[in-house]
Amino acid sequence: MNYKKILQKYRKDRTRLIEILKELQSREGYISEKAILSVADELGLSRAEVEGVISFYHFLSARPLGKYVVYLNNSITAEMAGREKVALAWERETGCRFGQTSEDGLVTLLETSCIGMNDQEPAAIINGVVFTSLNPDKVKKLVGWMREGRAVEDMVEETGDGANGHELVRSMVRNNIRKTGPVVFGEYVPGQAIRKALETTPECIIDEVKKANLLGRGGAGFPTGLKWEFCRKEKGEQHFVICNADEGEPGTFKDRVILTERPEMVFEGMAIAGYAVGARLGILYLRHEYTYLRRYLEHVLQKMREQGWLGPNIAGRGFDFDIEIKMGAGAYVCGEESALIESAEGKRGEPRDRPPFPVQKGYLNLPSTVNNVETLATATQIIIHGANWFRSMGTPVSAGTKLLSVSGDCERPGIYEVEYGLTVKELLEMVGARDTLAVQVGGPSGNCISEAGFGRKICFSDLPTGGSIIIFNRSRDLFSVVRNFLDFFIEESCGWCVPCRAGNVLLKKKFEKIASGLGTVQDLKEIEAWGKIIKSMSRCGLGQTSPNPVLTTLASFRELYESRVNKEADFIPEFDLNQAVAEACAITGRKFQEEQDHA
Amino acid sequence: MSKPVIATASLAGCFGCHMSFLDIDERILDLIELVEFDKSPIDDIKKFSRPVDIGLIEGGCCNAENVEVLRYFRKNCKILVSVGECAVMGGLPAMRNTIPLKECLEEAYLNSPTVAPEDRLIPADEDIPVLLDRVYPCHEIVKIDYFLPGCPPSADLIWEALTALVQGRPLRLEYELVKYD
Repeated sequence: MNYKKILQKYRKDRTRLIEILKELQSREGYISEKAILSVADELGLSRAEVEGVISFYHFLSARPLGKYVVYLNNSITAEMAGREKVALAWERETGCRFGQTSEDGLVTLLETSCIGMNDQEPAAIINGVVFTSLNPDKVKKLVGWMREGRAVEDMVEETGDGANGHELVRSMVRNNIRKTGPVVFGEYVPGQAIRKALETTPECIIDEVKKANLLGRGGAGFPTGLKWEFCRKEKGEQHFVICNADEGEPGTFKDRVILTERPEMVFEGMAIAGYAVGARLGILYLRHEYTYLRRYLEHVLQKMREQGWLGPNIAGRGFDFDIEIKMGAGAYVCGEESALIESAEGKRGEPRDRPPFPVQKGYLNLPSTVNNVETLATATQIIIHGANWFRSMGTPVSAGTKLLSVSGDCERPGIYEVEYGLTVKELLEMVGARDTLAVQVGGPSGNCISEAGFGRKICFSDLPTGGSIIIFNRSRDLFSVVRNFLDFFIEESCGWCVPCRAGNVLLKKKFEKIASGLGTVQDLKEIEAWGKIIKSMSRCGLGQTSPNPVLTTLASFRELYESRVNKEADFIPEFDLNQAVAEACAITGRKFQEEQDHA
Repeated sequence: MSKPVIATASLAGCFGCHMSFLDIDERILDLIELVEFDKSPIDDIKKFSRPVDIGLIEGGCCNAENVEVLRYFRKNCKILVSVGECAVMGGLPAMRNTIPLKECLEEAYLNSPTVAPEDRLIPADEDIPVLLDRVYPCHEIVKIDYFLPGCPPSADLIWEALTALVQGRPLRLEYELVKYD
């Protein structure tokens, strides 16, 4: 393969490294050693730097893969929806195990973290195409088609609702919009907001957003107006607007639906943010899992340019702003804004030290505002309808509405646009949940609450959430939920901070010890103490929240843990000497007899 | 009143923690005023001769003998302390934990370029302790009361911890004692 020729069009642009690697992988099926060396040479990087980027992301591979690469999601709702049977069906039909490629080189089976399809699990991504609601029969059919050499696009029999059926999407993904609200799914005429914004000054826009008390919808809840103001005030030869479309928190899929049904509202929000902070370029950082939306989003952008809502001299007001899409490559931690920026620059998505904050030194070390998809869409509506309209909804602290992506044990999983201040109990009734044991608010990094907390409100001052709501009924074993979440954080830790990299593994081991009935009161104390250390000694949100599955279930369901620990024993080892020497005995042909009385 | 009694052992370690212990230099004169030693490589006493107050364990457990010694210490010591990274976490020896035992042995005794063809044999003599499937930190095998991190923990840290235990006072953990960069 002539790598030089392929690489030419990237003009030695290091920020496009991930894009380059993705192209090479799509051409060769993997990123070969020769490709790595060529890329390193072309971009003036070391081989290790290129390999470091490849090894960081789930969807980049330096080892050959099959013609069809199946990434089966392993989130908890997939497990609840029968993932195990589906996984076994894949292994049976292809004759290979997960982590392997079939002997004929046709199929590779891999696992991946939440792909944003929690309401239609078990789901998988095959060569970039999403397949939802899988069962063993469907798996059999898919593998049959693979043997025939059918293109994955042609394996989609029925497309989903709304724009999922658009000719540029053609995806079986369903929106499942169960409740629309007045903001994101409210009345909206594209183009209105940007025209209105350009009639006033950037300062007025910032004021209006501040007055509306718009808080970041990704979960952290930072005031958007303030962020824009900080960014605007920073000096820099260029400013950037970045839209964070990397919703990776298990159970979150609301940005997927917004981007499918309301992309103009998001892009307009980016243009308004651009006008407010003084940026000419916006970047939509789209998670790899949503690659199937890319062509459609490019098409929407092109249409908006043609309408004069993007591009040079927008609405004849002398404001230039355009948007480009940058793709992720599979990494939960890239939802953290500084990690996202690193990734957008073509590097490993490792969080940066803060300060300096992205508004000071963001993309290419220039002032950047990073906002969530829903936040930007909401800003568009605030500009059209005004701050007072917005504040008339929700609570005094948490104004407006929130998109919740509900999954798990309920009759109507999907998207709900609700006003802040809704109680968990009201939500459970709305979604048709019965016999509920626990509700996971805000995903694994959030809070697991029991019935005692069902009167609590979904809002920033009580139960904040980026949108993820997962419901577990009384037939579920909470320990398997915690186990799934802990595995998730172990997998997704970037590895920079030792307390997060090693601590989460130790936490899981301790948890398993307790779960297996070998724990003591001391173990319970330690698991709590260790959780606090991990939280306080990690530098980004991942490590700072990763012990939450244990800590919040301990708070809400302490009796569950206490029923498993031995209250009398001071110490119970998991260690079994006879078991531990068995392997060595087998290798050396020796017999082992434990000495009963030493010396 | 008799002096507190101390015992030490080096399991799967490098004796570095014991060397670090000896780095207390002239304080060793204070030490013998303060405590008595029982089973320890320092005085070469092989068996416990009386109940021991404080046992210091260097190294994790890589073979059955380590486990037996550790259990023997637990039985005979009121307080047991994991001293150093290997005892606390398995340390350097635990690097083998990611490689199957069979591969480790084959690499060391069969495939290594420094093994002469006629010597290619995985040792199986009955006198050699049987290896464990992986290297374990001490607290996974017996209850450990205190942990002194470091590779090795500095002489000052060992001294401070030991004297605090003996005198029954809280540990004064100066930053300098527990920083490693």
